[in-house]
Amino acid sequence: MTTGTNRTTGTAMIDEFLLRAFLAGIGVAVVAGPLGCFVVWRRMAYFGDTIAHSALLGVALALLLDWHVMVGVFAVSAAIALALLVLRRVSVLPGDALLGILSHSALAIGLVAVAFLTTVRIDLVGYLFGDILSVGWGDVAMVWIGGAAVLAVLALVWHPLFAATVSEELAAAEGLAPARSRTVFVLLLAAVIAIAMKIVGILLVTSLLIIPAATARRFASGPEVMALIAAGLGALAVASGLAGSLAFDTPSGPSVVVAALALFVASLALGGRTVSAPGSQS
Amino acid sequence: MADSLSFPETPAARPRESRELLVRAEGIGVRRDGRWLVRNVDFEIRRGEIVTLIGPNGSGKTTTAKTVLGIYACDAGQVRRADGLRIGYVPQRLAIDWSLPLDVRRLMTLTGRFPAPAIEAALAEVGIAHLADAPVQRLSGGEFQRAMLARAIIRKPDLLVLDEPLQGVDFTGEIALYQLIGTIRDRLDCGILLISHDLHIVMAATDHVVCLNGHVCCHGTPQSVAESEEYRALFGSRGAAALAVYRHHHDHAHLPGGRVVPAGSTAEAIDATAGGEACCGHDHGHDHDHGHEPHHGHRHD
Repeated sequence: MTTGTNRTTGTAMIDEFLLRAFLAGIGVAVVAGPLGCFVVWRRMAYFGDTIAHSALLGVALALLLDWHVMVGVFAVSAAIALALLVLRRVSVLPGDALLGILSHSALAIGLVAVAFLTTVRIDLVGYLFGDILSVGWGDVAMVWIGGAAVLAVLALVWHPLFAATVSEELAAAEGLAPARSRTVFVLLLAAVIAIAMKIVGILLVTSLLIIPAATARRFASGPEVMALIAAGLGALAVASGLAGSLAFDTPSGPSVVVAALALFVASLALGGRTVSAPGSQS
Repeated sequence: MADSLSFPETPAARPRESRELLVRAEGIGVRRDGRWLVRNVDFEIRRGEIVTLIGPNGSGKTTTAKTVLGIYACDAGQVRRADGLRIGYVPQRLAIDWSLPLDVRRLMTLTGRFPAPAIEAALAEVGIAHLADAPVQRLSGGEFQRAMLARAIIRKPDLLVLDEPLQGVDFTGEIALYQLIGTIRDRLDCGILLISHDLHIVMAATDHVVCLNGHVCCHGTPQSVAESEEYRALFGSRGAAALAVYRHHHDHAHLPGGRVVPAGSTAEAIDATAGGEACCGHDHGHDHDHGHEPHHGHRHD
């Protein structure tokens, strides 16, 4: 999106822009794939959307306190995610109504809060839809360090988290503390949203979680395999989406999502392992 | 009556009190929305014995089991568990979403890691070794229950909790599964807490029966419970008399007016609202033409 002004400064510069974009995008996709599998399995797509929508408030907070944007977004997303876990337990509203209220109000409050920051000019469209080509080396480092941390924690909690995903009560009865796994999981989700926001933007972040995971389901025989395939497909979607974005001069975030969708549609056409069965909802 | 069915008898050589105490429920109660689901429930499970919870729908069987398991906290009383108690649990009606790529082999390692030979052995013990690579969503009701049982026993539990393990199992499968449960008890020497509203064969295989209806309405050996006044009041004297004779599939519910409705959530809701002592007014004298094979009705005379 912002490359136009830089193109004249030389090929080395362009190459570096591209390199950073690819490194950051692929780093995010590799983390989002496995985590997205849990979002699909646990039917938390709307939950993910809601905490993503709160990210703009995190941007405002970061600008106000002079933090790195990812830190601000993580702080606010994590707070909203934890609050949602509590609200779901105590609220009399159905879960999706609660998410519907919070999702859109979080976005609206974020937009209002950003509007109040008259001293700072921010690229709102970049935050909403992603601006991968404005990623700096610092961002790349944050993506890879943060991403590695998220994957390490996910690997640690993988077993109890998966057991709790199949059955919370089974996990509880057999001593695997499902409530703790769930809390760790939503914090990881907040972390992924923080590092992915710059790549695909607040409004499209959940697509990077869900589309590669849903695509991977057709080819997976087990949960671990599905996570690996989702990571690979996510990376492929980012790479091809960015390439397309450069070739056709289209916005980077939406191009990545379109590429992910194209892979999903191609997987339907290819067949692979049949997911549907008599009486299944999928 | 009970001894006429071909199930392994309790290792009667050991008196009950000498066996290791695994779990003791002491006056436990669970309250939801200002209403007691169960209250003042006392019982204990010792190593090597099968304790069966029976009672009408909505009587708090599953609630009681989940409290013993620690899934629910007690709102009254307490559950004492032996130190380091290892639990195997087969929940009621576990639906696994198609989005989950899960085959039987992976299901076996859901809550712990086990070497491949142990997995093969556990699957062979429940008779589904050939299904190790099958997606769990493709299993029949009986196969799935066997897989869940294999998953629970591979942990070598001290206490095995089975919540209506015969869900979706056909008649011949029921007999085989109960025999299997008896065999598992003998081999693992574990305590088993079994929940069923299918009273007949359960009562034959079990050591101790706790009859629930929001509270413990009676308990004891199958024989003594079947003969007790409270049991007859709850299930009807003709039902109690027919106990060991009829294999009765609960695919319907009886409304107070005598109307028969299919089982399921509606029927359970009706049962629950009917409430009280009359909530399971099964009249076993009526025509048994719904769902069970006629030839197995009389197993002995």
